[in-house]
Amino acid sequence: MSEFLQHLINMLVLGGTYALLGIGLTLIFGIMNVVNFTHGVLYTFGAYIMFIVVQQLGLNFFLALPVAVVAGWLLGAVIELTLLRPLRGSDIDTTMLVMIGAWIAMQSATLWIWGGVAKSVATPFPDAPLVLGPVSVSWLRLFVLAAAALLIVVTYLLINRTKLGCAMRATFQDQDTASLMGVNVDLIYTSTFAIGSSLAAAAGALLGPVYVIFPQMGDLAAVKAFAIVILGGLGNITGAVIGGFILALAEELGAGYISSGYRDAMGFLIIIAVLIFKPTGLFARSERVG
Amino acid sequence: MKAGITILTVAAFASVPLWLRDPYLLNALITTGVFIIAAMSLNLLLGFTGQLSLGHIAFFGIGAYVSALTSLGFDIGFPGGFRLVHEPWPPIAGFVLAILIAGLCGYFVGLLSFRVRGAYFVIVTISFAEVVRLVALNWVELTQGPLALTNIPSIAIGLPGLGELTLRTKLQNYYLVLAVAFVAYLLIARLVHSHFGRAMRGLMENETLAVSVGIDVTRTLTLAAVISAAIAGAAGSLYAHYIRIIDPEVFAFINTVTMVIMVITGGKGSLAGPVVGGLIFGLLPVVLRPIMAPEAQWIAYGGVLIVILFVLPRGIVPSLAQRLAKRKREAATVAPVAFSERAKEPA
Repeated sequence: MSEFLQHLINMLVLGGTYALLGIGLTLIFGIMNVVNFTHGVLYTFGAYIMFIVVQQLGLNFFLALPVAVVAGWLLGAVIELTLLRPLRGSDIDTTMLVMIGAWIAMQSATLWIWGGVAKSVATPFPDAPLVLGPVSVSWLRLFVLAAAALLIVVTYLLINRTKLGCAMRATFQDQDTASLMGVNVDLIYTSTFAIGSSLAAAAGALLGPVYVIFPQMGDLAAVKAFAIVILGGLGNITGAVIGGFILALAEELGAGYISSGYRDAMGFLIIIAVLIFKPTGLFARSERVG
Repeated sequence: MKAGITILTVAAFASVPLWLRDPYLLNALITTGVFIIAAMSLNLLLGFTGQLSLGHIAFFGIGAYVSALTSLGFDIGFPGGFRLVHEPWPPIAGFVLAILIAGLCGYFVGLLSFRVRGAYFVIVTISFAEVVRLVALNWVELTQGPLALTNIPSIAIGLPGLGELTLRTKLQNYYLVLAVAFVAYLLIARLVHSHFGRAMRGLMENETLAVSVGIDVTRTLTLAAVISAAIAGAAGSLYAHYIRIIDPEVFAFINTVTMVIMVITGGKGSLAGPVVGGLIFGLLPVVLRPIMAPEAQWIAYGGVLIVILFVLPRGIVPSLAQRLAKRKREAATVAPVAFSERAKEPA
């Protein structure tokens, strides 16, 4: 029983960051109809920003997270402006392949700059975990959960309570009508991609110090993000949050009760199962943003 | 005319070992050839049915593992004390089994994946490939996991009157790959120009319309997936018996990306496209190796993919063919005028 409780605690911590990854991707996928293969690279990028700020510049750990969010936002905007804007209107396969090219180039650049050796980040948290009866959780992981929750709430408010969010939702529903109503669709696209990218970078910055940081760390993160998006339904933020926690639970239980080697297979199996049996996602009130 | 070009091209490829003695380059050509076969099979799906499968490496890898395990033998236990023991068979049997089993996997994956389209299809196919990779990595009793299957025997072919010939040297393997590539090319060309090929293209152009004229979507797409997977399995088998060591890295997503780049660069939906694209990208590392670090080569790889999609989105071969056709059309429109004027002259 205590083992099961421990899995639930781990699920909460993992699920929060997975939800961040999923929200970012579901916004980009839903609004722009772009299968964003650079999402994992942005995750890696966020983790390396953490490494640079904390280990190389020697600055405060808590400062590094906002830096990673801003850096992810900027890199996302640059990718959108240089690679996606010129291809607006081309078919989904073309943009997807361009994103694959960008992913290969950026991941190789990471490998070139920092090498393949895994890096770790020192954290200001005590080594001794917080013990709650039969289960324990490290302070770092608690911080990760809290920060992820905060970012999820901020994103939710941004989409549902601001003018920009309103324009994003309008663009998702009908791009042409939104454009006629005076929405600057180009600006919405760039903002969407930048916001999604900054969330991926934040997820990387949060999970990077929990594990280790290496150039290929984003590959699996990207696949997990796809699994979450498919679980939650295209463009569905609430669905992405729930999907993040479901994936985390499946991984924890899979690793705990089947075999740790198959932990990472869970995301793929979920994708296959959902798309075969319920292709609209688990929470489909049709496709929507918000 | 077209048959002439094909024969000339094959003759040119067949003559390569006569003047190219460098074993490193010959090795690059053999692995490039194996990847061209795989790229041709991917083109059957991507170029002729319009379905972008990013899990194609799964069938290549399954072919490699099936062939390797058939020729090495295995002894695995199942829960309940049941054991499955397989004595080594000749590698050529592995080659045949690789084709059959990869084709069978293509059938099941196709049956399930074609329920969705577009981005969802892409993601499902990636997922299948990754699940297969994780199984290869974790089912250590069967696949040795990351320790790799080693000492895979070379393919031996029985020649009537000459006994058995084991293809060990690069030269022999070069001709083997060339022969398989040629057969695969002919098979795909035959298929594409059949009634079946027109059905596939009809589906790609307009699925609703194709259905309305009586094309069975599931049957057409599944058959394309089976043939495509079987050819990829053959390529995987050739790879296993040439390299003679196989580990789960063969399933790496980047290998699928390499195939896709070859097809897109050469031109999807063009029979010669994967050959042209495959030669460019198969030999690009050879050219870049002396001047660039490996990481920089990969940056260039990604960069070239992006540039090609921006500059030549339809690929090299279709763009050239279009230019050629335009010139022909211009010549054709001039000729009738000349003829009619000449016809007037006697009057």
